[in-house]
Amino acid sequence: MTDLTRLTAADLAAKLASSEVSSVEATQAHLDRIAAVDGDVHAFLHVSDHALEVAADIDRRRAAGEQLHELAGVPLAVKDVLVTTDMPSTSGSKILEGYMSPYDATVVARSRAAGLVPLGKTNMDEFAMGSSTEFSAYGPTRNPWDLDRIPGGSGGGSAAAVAAFEAPLALGSDTGGSIRQPAHVTGTVGVKPTYGGVSRYGAIALASSLDQVGPVTRTVLDAGLLHDVIGGHDANDSTSLSDAWPSFAAAAREGATGEVLKGLKVGVIRELDDRGFQKGVSDSFRVSLAAMEAQGAEIVEISAPHFEYGVAAYYLILPAEASSNLAKFDSVRFGLRVTPQGTPTVENVMATTRDAGFGPEVKRRIILGTYALSAGYYDAYYGSAQKVRTLIQQDFDAAFAQVDVIATPSAPTTAFRLGEKLDDPLQMYLNDVTTIPANLAGVPGISVPSGLAEEDGLPVGIQFLAPAREDARLYRVGAALEALLLDQWGGPLLDKAPSLTNGASL
Amino acid sequence: MRHLGVLARIQLSDEEVQSLTGQLDAIVDNIAKVSEVATPEVVATSHPIPLENVFRPDVVQQQLTREQVLQNAPDQADGRFRVTAILGEEQ
Amino acid sequence: MAKDALMDFDEALEMFEPVLGFEVHVELNTATKMFSAAPNPANEANHGAEPNTLVAPVDMGLPGALPVVNAEAIRSSISLGLALGCSIAPSSRFARKNYFYPDLGKNYQISQYDEPIAFEGSVEVELEDGTIVTVPIERAHMEEDAGKLTHMGGATGRIQGAEYSLVDYNRAGVPLVEIVTKPIFGAEHSAPALAKAYVATIRDIVRGLGISEAKLERGNLRCDANVSLRPRGQEKLGTRTETKNVNSMRSVERAVRYEIQRQAAILAKGGTITQETRHWHEDTGRTSPGRPKSDADDYRYFPEPDLLPVVPAPALIEELRAALPEPPAARRRRLKAEWGFTDLEFQDVANGGLLDAVADTIAAGAAPAAARKWWTGEITRVANAQERDAADLVSPANVAALQKLVDAGTLTDKLARQVLEGVIAGEGTPQEVVDARGLAVVSDDGALIAAIDDALAAQPDVLAKIRDGKVQAAGAVIGAVMKAMKGQADAARVRELVLERAAQ
Ligand SMILES: [Mg+2]
Ligand SMILES: [Zn+2]
Repeated sequence: MTDLTRLTAADLAAKLASSEVSSVEATQAHLDRIAAVDGDVHAFLHVSDHALEVAADIDRRRAAGEQLHELAGVPLAVKDVLVTTDMPSTSGSKILEGYMSPYDATVVARSRAAGLVPLGKTNMDEFAMGSSTEFSAYGPTRNPWDLDRIPGGSGGGSAAAVAAFEAPLALGSDTGGSIRQPAHVTGTVGVKPTYGGVSRYGAIALASSLDQVGPVTRTVLDAGLLHDVIGGHDANDSTSLSDAWPSFAAAAREGATGEVLKGLKVGVIRELDDRGFQKGVSDSFRVSLAAMEAQGAEIVEISAPHFEYGVAAYYLILPAEASSNLAKFDSVRFGLRVTPQGTPTVENVMATTRDAGFGPEVKRRIILGTYALSAGYYDAYYGSAQKVRTLIQQDFDAAFAQVDVIATPSAPTTAFRLGEKLDDPLQMYLNDVTTIPANLAGVPGISVPSGLAEEDGLPVGIQFLAPAREDARLYRVGAALEALLLDQWGGPLLDKAPSLTNGASL
Repeated sequence: MRHLGVLARIQLSDEEVQSLTGQLDAIVDNIAKVSEVATPEVVATSHPIPLENVFRPDVVQQQLTREQVLQNAPDQADGRFRVTAILGEEQ
Repeated sequence: MAKDALMDFDEALEMFEPVLGFEVHVELNTATKMFSAAPNPANEANHGAEPNTLVAPVDMGLPGALPVVNAEAIRSSISLGLALGCSIAPSSRFARKNYFYPDLGKNYQISQYDEPIAFEGSVEVELEDGTIVTVPIERAHMEEDAGKLTHMGGATGRIQGAEYSLVDYNRAGVPLVEIVTKPIFGAEHSAPALAKAYVATIRDIVRGLGISEAKLERGNLRCDANVSLRPRGQEKLGTRTETKNVNSMRSVERAVRYEIQRQAAILAKGGTITQETRHWHEDTGRTSPGRPKSDADDYRYFPEPDLLPVVPAPALIEELRAALPEPPAARRRRLKAEWGFTDLEFQDVANGGLLDAVADTIAAGAAPAAARKWWTGEITRVANAQERDAADLVSPANVAALQKLVDAGTLTDKLARQVLEGVIAGEGTPQEVVDARGLAVVSDDGALIAAIDDALAAQPDVLAKIRDGKVQAAGAVIGAVMKAMKGQADAARVRELVLERAAQ
């Protein structure tokens, strides 16, 4: 029998639908894989102790002839930023250790309703602040391609789980690249939808005006299938769009035929050209562009003069919003409480708890954000950063008047070594230079594997950006390139990743 | 820096105060960078996708039970959350 | 707590000009909260709920929860803004006011900052003596209430000396409109009276709009009173204090008077006023300095990213404007004319807070004079004795029904007062009390005649006097008959019958 963990979600779903495979079998296979490799990878913070029951229920319903969703019975990993009623939700922080939410995040509720089987909660940088998952309070996740390297962040756990075949699908959240950059360094697919395309209700907020939940998968089609489940209007999120969205899975299937590449105008950003990108990253990017060009796409140089202000604006807006969003962790209603010696006041208890419960990166950003909002500076700091958003949106508008999609390398370098940039937060922040503009402008982005960097053999991703609400375009283009490259490679990129088990359970 | 710690309700150690003080420069650099282009005539964008008048009908929907409200309480009494004295002895 | 030195009020007014300002928080009575679909405890239907039973995730700041604006709260806020003569902002937005306090689930309050929904208005306030003062309104903005803290372990239930506190988040998220005045000049000796009348006017407005239960004792209306003094002839405003959460109209009046006297005493001695919030103590009739909040002036406001701008359609504003009730001052002028009351009679009603009660009683069929007499007379007397609000004792419909029984001769004035007592005691409608207590006037002549004949037989000397034409002697017999009938007889009818029987 084939290894069920190596199947794409779409293929597994087909086998489930035809009852060739049961959800219990599929779920058990993934739980076994987790047991075999997660000691090394550490993608999961919590593994569900009732996933098999959920799977058995799906099997029962299928046997009873119930009409089930296309993905029913397929296992799903859930980033710990999303609250769940049946598993703890910590957002990677000690301050929420053991926290049990009385309600499910909308995306989780929709996944359950579709019959997806939550396997567990995945590791992340504490409160999604980071690009390496090294800032998780529960220890880092390791990159399945090289266990000494970072899996990206903040959603390193979801990306690593998918890359290590511990789950076919995962949910992530992307505030400045936390879905796309981990996809880039793990050879997986990640989508940040249009802001408002997927509900934020139940996603523990980092920066409310930037956060967006999206799919983390191994193929573009799988991402589309999951996006179809979680997307759409939610009355519990005021910023949720009420648009009638097309099927993203259908867009991916259509894109895989390659037709979309004929005459497609792909913009490359002139100003990104001279940045310090790793050679293997730039090379891989150019190979992908050439492949698309060969199929009839037209590469057009565009200008985005304000993108270079994006990182600065982002690091004013994010800490400001985060400092306010994270004020609720105060030891009163939930979470950690640390009571200092003597006869403390509630103010002392709050301050001591927050000092003990937050990690250094979280404290750093809260303090910076508090400063950026403090008396008299709002206009100069936060307000000015919001103006940069306008300028970046104008850059996008001008660009999309000329091209259908914009392409960039998903991140400047391949996976760096654990610990390498820990002492240099600013260097770490620069990782997000390619991903941040999409969050600031609210436009959708996808990262698709483009190959391996020659110098280190590590995965590289290519990012496509589309106008707001044109997520379907990303699935078409992403699936088209994916099909082309798969042909060139003769199989999925992840086939080249180490097995991790020394052959033990395979 | 101490004042920021008070505002943010984080009991900062001396070392934390020192290292964070240095890092405030990062914010200052960002401000300088942003100020190059954030001129008065540029309007601010607070929401990436502009919407307005998003309201909910005034209809009661299921809320939390008291058990759910209190299920994560670090301390509780009489169906309420219990917290340490708000004022110190000298206040 | 050291006693403050106070200057005589009139003396203070001679030296200083008082400048007032008010911030009144109105709790809206919508079915649900400002940003969640949990039941609103400021709606009568949910009053008195058990702690932490009216809570949605966003009210207690649960991780991942998001606010969604209540459409009805927006309508109420626009109506209130219009009733205050304000302009409605073409676009307004919410902001986060950041500060830590255990009753604040998110440790920020969603409020409005630089773009309130209503701004620049004015409201006519009528003082007890009939003077009309125009109070300028700066803004009215929407926000959410905080939860409720109960301080335990101390001697007084006060925050000072408490060992610990308990938090109930039922009130967290109750929709509020905060009405902020501009500085009010020229109130002079009437400053305390104006404070009271202003709060009464806001209460009348929100009650008229039906957007709040408007019960001060429940905190549906809460007033912060700003007071500053400046020496006569000085242009520059003095330093102000803000006395927080004064929860009755009488207290607002007293607190303003107290602050004027306290500040005058300090300033006259060459001292300076500390800009601070102060607390009003009902028991001692004094104010005391509030807790010095270290971060009071650094709320780090920024636009609430979870919510979108409010852009009311002009048609909606006009619809709500057209539905506005008459402003309280105009209504008073109209009612006074309609009812034909003298100035004194009308002030009696108005100052007793009985305008609505009297109006409703008249609407239920009573004559204006009768309605006024009941409310300012017997009902007010009972209310004072029971230390309750007259309007809460009895319904206008019952008062009208009571008067109808008097008009029909079923009850004498004296009997009617007994019936009223029964109605107040919750024994039912006036007719039910009459029936249950058997209080109606005895209109059966047979019973009266028997009693009269007994009385005449018992007092033959009186009978003789009446027969001699000394009609006034009949009083003694009438008294005896009324006593025998336990007062349940119409004295005029008894008199008629006594003269009739004596003549036989
Ligand atoms: Mg105020
Ligand atoms: Zn307020």
